[in-house]
Amino acid sequence: MTIVEAILLTIVTASTPLLIAALGELVTERSGVLNLGVEGMMAMGAACSFAAAVTFDSTLIGVAAGMLAGTLMAALFALLVLGFAANQTGSGLALTILGLGLSGLIGAPFVGARRDPIAPLDIPILSDIPVVGRLFFEQDLFVYASIVLTVLVGLYLMRTRSGLTLRSIGENHTSANALGLPVWRVRFWAILFGGACAGLAGAYLALVYTRFWSPGMTAGRGWIALALVVFAAWRPGWVLVGAYIFGAATVLQLHAQAAQFGVPSQLLSAVPYLATILALLLLSIRHGRAIGAPGSLGVPFVPDR
Amino acid sequence: MFSGKVYGALAGAAVLALSAGAAVAQPKDKVKVGFIYVGPVGDHGWSYQHDQGRQAIEKAFPGKVTTTFVESVPEADSERAIEQLARTGHDLIFTTSFGFMEPTLKVAKKYPNIKFEHATGFKRNPNLSTYAAKFHEGRYIIGQIAGKMTKSNTIGYVGAFPIPEVIAGINAFYLGAQSVNPNVKIKIVFANTWYDPAKEGDAAKALLDQGVDMLAQHTDSPAPIQAAEARGKFGFGQASDMERFAPKAQLTAIVDNWSDYYVARTKAVLDGTWKSEDTWGGINAHMVVMSPYKNMPDDVKKLAQETEAAIKSGSLNPFKCPIMGQDGKEIECKGKGALSDEQVLGMNFYVKGIEDKIPQ
Repeated sequence: MTIVEAILLTIVTASTPLLIAALGELVTERSGVLNLGVEGMMAMGAACSFAAAVTFDSTLIGVAAGMLAGTLMAALFALLVLGFAANQTGSGLALTILGLGLSGLIGAPFVGARRDPIAPLDIPILSDIPVVGRLFFEQDLFVYASIVLTVLVGLYLMRTRSGLTLRSIGENHTSANALGLPVWRVRFWAILFGGACAGLAGAYLALVYTRFWSPGMTAGRGWIALALVVFAAWRPGWVLVGAYIFGAATVLQLHAQAAQFGVPSQLLSAVPYLATILALLLLSIRHGRAIGAPGSLGVPFVPDR
Repeated sequence: MFSGKVYGALAGAAVLALSAGAAVAQPKDKVKVGFIYVGPVGDHGWSYQHDQGRQAIEKAFPGKVTTTFVESVPEADSERAIEQLARTGHDLIFTTSFGFMEPTLKVAKKYPNIKFEHATGFKRNPNLSTYAAKFHEGRYIIGQIAGKMTKSNTIGYVGAFPIPEVIAGINAFYLGAQSVNPNVKIKIVFANTWYDPAKEGDAAKALLDQGVDMLAQHTDSPAPIQAAEARGKFGFGQASDMERFAPKAQLTAIVDNWSDYYVARTKAVLDGTWKSEDTWGGINAHMVVMSPYKNMPDDVKKLAQETEAAIKSGSLNPFKCPIMGQDGKEIECKGKGALSDEQVLGMNFYVKGIEDKIPQ
């Protein structure tokens, strides 16, 4: 394996959890709901997936448990912001704090346990192509799943009637409601989808990436996923590009250090955030507000009676 | 929020506390000991080892000692947590991260009859001791092992932040390696975090990808050594024995052992002999413990054991003079035959042979 291949492989694994979590949040936000609880749902996904995987000695059950945990957390959030029209920012932050705490509690008996690595899925013949072969055709299942998910989310949002409904509810929930579109129902499912994705991202972290559980192991990736949605101007394709840019920034700065390039590592660690600020700036330069941001994003929906 | 009654009770307690403060230390029948941790107990590293020390106290004085702990306390918000322990009847409080220094001092001044102990800091008070461990002694030993065993002649180091404690560790590691292998090269990556398993793992992978085959780490999670295991390379555990995460890769681990110290200090409070002190113990004081040497040839094991014994007896100091800086000029020797404690604690240079620069 050449160094370039090795670097690219690490970038792909570093980017995958960001991509999965950000895709979920993108759908939630496109329906007009801002869920700042990604970090908490991700932590719960990591803890529950690891606990289930160790208990039942099955990665598959672990993944399912992680997604379920994320979904349940999201359902709680949906109850608050849809059922009670609670402030979305506050509820989302509360969800993060709750998730980080609760995941520590659930994971406590599993501190110190470890899982064996899962084997990469080797696609025969194709994986023998130099450079791109190993990169594209010898990854773990999650990597393929994340790319398929990107395509599906993109097709759903842009090419289906149901996706159009979701987007119009996100743009203007009052008009959508007047047209008879089911605002609450669509948002409920969008929130749950976001939770399931965050849970899956957490499961990837705990089962594939680090292969052990320890409290707080998500280490801010939920927040990066949130930034990624903004960076991508709420477009699935750009989430993919952004995730790989963010992943590359993290991994390349480590390589730059090891190769003694003399670039300040602290600055490079901040690259994803600087890129987000820059993207926001560029996006809003001509329009006053960030283009792509759903019109009703973050506004509680209380219909006129 | 509080009723007048509660205020009255609080005031009463304050008067009691003040009058008790006048009394000089006396033997106690029962002692309540509190701990403040910067990370979660389950970090497998730094805070985990402090908690092992807490459990050792409970075992050592059955029925006489009760302990409590508060985990994951942010350094910026620690004063509240420390004061909470002070208010709830604790006689001895350990605050176990450098960043707790100022808050601990502040609370210690407010509660003169409670004993405080702050890890890795340097500010003391009549009721505030400080303590730390000479981990660089262990790093010198693992450096020798790495220098002997490397096949690519390149060893790697995942550091947390470019601060003196970490720099001293890197220098000790490299000096150890150089002592047995003068031409060995070192690659250093700072993760810019104490604790982010995924990123620590990525840092380790970057080093391994660039030809490192021996990996030392100064971050808290087992992710780096796990990366070494996955690649069939070798590494060293940090803070606690990480063998279960890397049974084939771990050569040894530098284990923080706070138990002996914590038991001794609790005993001092029980006996009424506690005094404000500064303790900086190493292998000699059993504060730094090397976990069993494994996965290495017998001659390397023998070398490591001999070095450990030499450091223990005091005949070997990792920072014995002369020490050359990167420019090849000798560093002024302010201690007796070795760099002084202050020089080690404030280290801000790499030694000769390290080609990297300290990030500014």
